Amino acid sequence: MAWTRKKWWKVLTAVLLLYTVVGGFLLPVPRLPILNETIRALHFHVPMWFGMIILFGISVFHAIQFLSSGKLEQDSFSTNYAKIGTLLGILGMLTGMVWAKFTWGEMWSGDPKQNASAIGLLIYFAYFVLRGAIDDENQKAKISSVYNVFAFATLIPLLFILPRLTDSLHPGNGGNPGFNAYDLDNDLRKVFYLAIIGWTLLGVWFATLKIRIDHINEKIEDKEMAHA
Amino acid sequence: MRKLKIKKWLTLSALMLLAEVVFAASKQAVEMADELRADGKIYVVVAVVLVLVGGLIFYAFRIDKKVTSLEDRLNESDHDQ
Repeated sequence: MAWTRKKWWKVLTAVLLLYTVVGGFLLPVPRLPILNETIRALHFHVPMWFGMIILFGISVFHAIQFLSSGKLEQDSFSTNYAKIGTLLGILGMLTGMVWAKFTWGEMWSGDPKQNASAIGLLIYFAYFVLRGAIDDENQKAKISSVYNVFAFATLIPLLFILPRLTDSLHPGNGGNPGFNAYDLDNDLRKVFYLAIIGWTLLGVWFATLKIRIDHINEKIEDKEMAHA
Repeated sequence: MRKLKIKKWLTLSALMLLAEVVFAASKQAVEMADELRADGKIYVVVAVVLVLVGGLIFYAFRIDKKVTSLEDRLNESDHDQ
């Protein structure tokens, strides 16, 4: 995995995130009642969830790769992407709660999408508990990879289907398509899409750092075994 | 008859113009941080957050460098054996 050592995409991450801060605070936004300036949270809160879904997607891809190849390396990829995905999910939830306090009135209003994302995160917490409960590396990798597939398959209806079937405070829910002209205008798009790429790349960067450290650990353990 | 039509047309356009003005006014009435922007104080906020994000990214680069050098050390000791 030579690309994880390359520098250019990390510089790109830095540029995108710094642009997100400057553009996110300074570029014009739609003047909407209740939302007011808090609409700028779009560039910071929503990319957490996009990043989480993308990282969980990469994680489940590697879980399937592990199940078909049996290479433990794939399991290391899978679990580390899931870890950073969960981190982004927690940050997404916290940022959403702070924002909701001042716009929806309550930190937690039992909104369908809030509840569904909480359930989704709990499912992923259970993934880590499951991994922690198994000592044998191969068993751990096999069982948790299978679990990972089910966890991801549960997350899709939880986040993208169920909240749309009922009324939700979240934009794009309650029967509406994801983003329409009222939800996202051209001013917001100038920052929002690049913000998603930037935050997701940051998550990938952190995940690959953890993967590389895992790999170093394994190599050291192998050496110690050889010496013993 | 013709006069009436013109009158109708004039009333309609006047009403539409009024609606447009009211709509624009209601849009402007939404409270935003215009004062903060006019003062230029918003740049202070942006500068503070830039320093924070920049510092954190710089730190991530440092960690990345450390990991790279560890990998290199391990690979070198592989060749020694």
